Amino acid sequence: MSQKLLILDYNAGNLRSVVKKVERIGASCLVSGNPAEVLKADKIIMPGVGHFGNAVAYLKDTGLYDALNEAVSVRKTPILGICLGMQLMAEYSDEGQSEGFAWVKGRITKFQVSDPVRFKVPHMGWNTVRCKKESVLNKGFEHDPSFYFVHSYHLADADPADILHETVYDYSFVSAVEKEHLFGVQYHPEKSHETGEQLMRNFLSL
Amino acid sequence: MFRPRVIPVLLLKNNGLVKSEGFKQFTYIGDPINAVRIFNDLRADELVFLDIEATAQNRCISPELVKDIGDEANMPFAVGGGIRTIQEIRELIHAGAEKVIINAAAVKDPEFIRKAAETFGSSTIVVCMDVKKKFLGGLQTWTINGRKASGKSPVEFAKQVEALGAGELIVQSIDRDGKMQGYDLELIRNVSEAVTIPVVALGGAGKLGDLKEAYKNGKATGLAAGSLFVYQGSMKGVLINYPERGELSFE
Repeated sequence: MSQKLLILDYNAGNLRSVVKKVERIGASCLVSGNPAEVLKADKIIMPGVGHFGNAVAYLKDTGLYDALNEAVSVRKTPILGICLGMQLMAEYSDEGQSEGFAWVKGRITKFQVSDPVRFKVPHMGWNTVRCKKESVLNKGFEHDPSFYFVHSYHLADADPADILHETVYDYSFVSAVEKEHLFGVQYHPEKSHETGEQLMRNFLSL
Repeated sequence: MFRPRVIPVLLLKNNGLVKSEGFKQFTYIGDPINAVRIFNDLRADELVFLDIEATAQNRCISPELVKDIGDEANMPFAVGGGIRTIQEIRELIHAGAEKVIINAAAVKDPEFIRKAAETFGSSTIVVCMDVKKKFLGGLQTWTINGRKASGKSPVEFAKQVEALGAGELIVQSIDRDGKMQGYDLELIRNVSEAVTIPVVALGGAGKLGDLKEAYKNGKATGLAAGSLFVYQGSMKGVLINYPERGELSFE
């Protein structure tokens, strides 16, 4: 039986590259912003680029917020959050002083770098991740794989048990989380060559 | 570990790839989609596509072409050329571009940068400044494929667009374009030290060592080049190339 994979359309950035990558892996998907479809999905990818506060407001206005909460908290639908999609899983963000889903502990805060000329913000480009625990998402990785990052905010005060990957940019921050059926990555696997494709394949094969 | 991005810049003219020298003398290089496939295989960090005729022809880079590029690209890419409206940016992002590059419109209507950054987020908005030496010394930013002076110094312009919300700056030297004799390091460093957003060096790279210089001494975190990645050898034969993984650590 084929799984119903939903790629969440919530008016936050470019979905096309995620869809293309999923198709290249050989999976089919539905791109939708319909709460009823969210509840029917077997698996969800929540991509996203943009402003945290605006995204939460949009999710609440459209009924997606409640549908996602039910899908993830009650039905235990596996979900992969990418970039803003990962940040939305946290309790709170300084970007727009807004509350998130609180599926994982922690808040989203802006990079506080020691040397703003050397460590430009946004943190933009390729960086390595260090795996902090065993995970299906890590399957097939080389040692300290590289991914493409573009972000100005990151997760802080996470529950150490949830931390999947850590990355250093001036200091160490959480670049991926995993908690039961919840997965969140700060980087862009859909734009990270074979390593990113491998990660998406790992999520799709769950 | 974080490492600077090495970025091939591909120029579009009539939807084909060209390379220029001093913003003139265009040579046909090949088909853009084919180039994307090659850069996929070579695992390029990021790509930039600039439609160099768009502004003068009063149109924006083709969203159809951007869609074709995006459907192939395994890496992030930015597109520029003639972008003046929020709607155009929306179409280009929807077509699959991660970032859009604004040049002439940033000079003509700085508020446009603010509007674009508020709508799409700073990390989506790149400003490209084309810099040419003034006749009597000093540097000035120029625009519209090098044809219209803006009257602002590079550092003034960089600080202005950063304050307006641009998330990244491409600093391009017109004088060095296609010369392959090295970047204008002083220009790159002056701008890099004046802003806290990422700066991409462009114009003049002729060898790997030039990229390292722009990172180490120019303090750029994006190292971009055209000729370096499309030409091979002193006769400038067309051959798309990219450094090996091991050559990309500039520490």
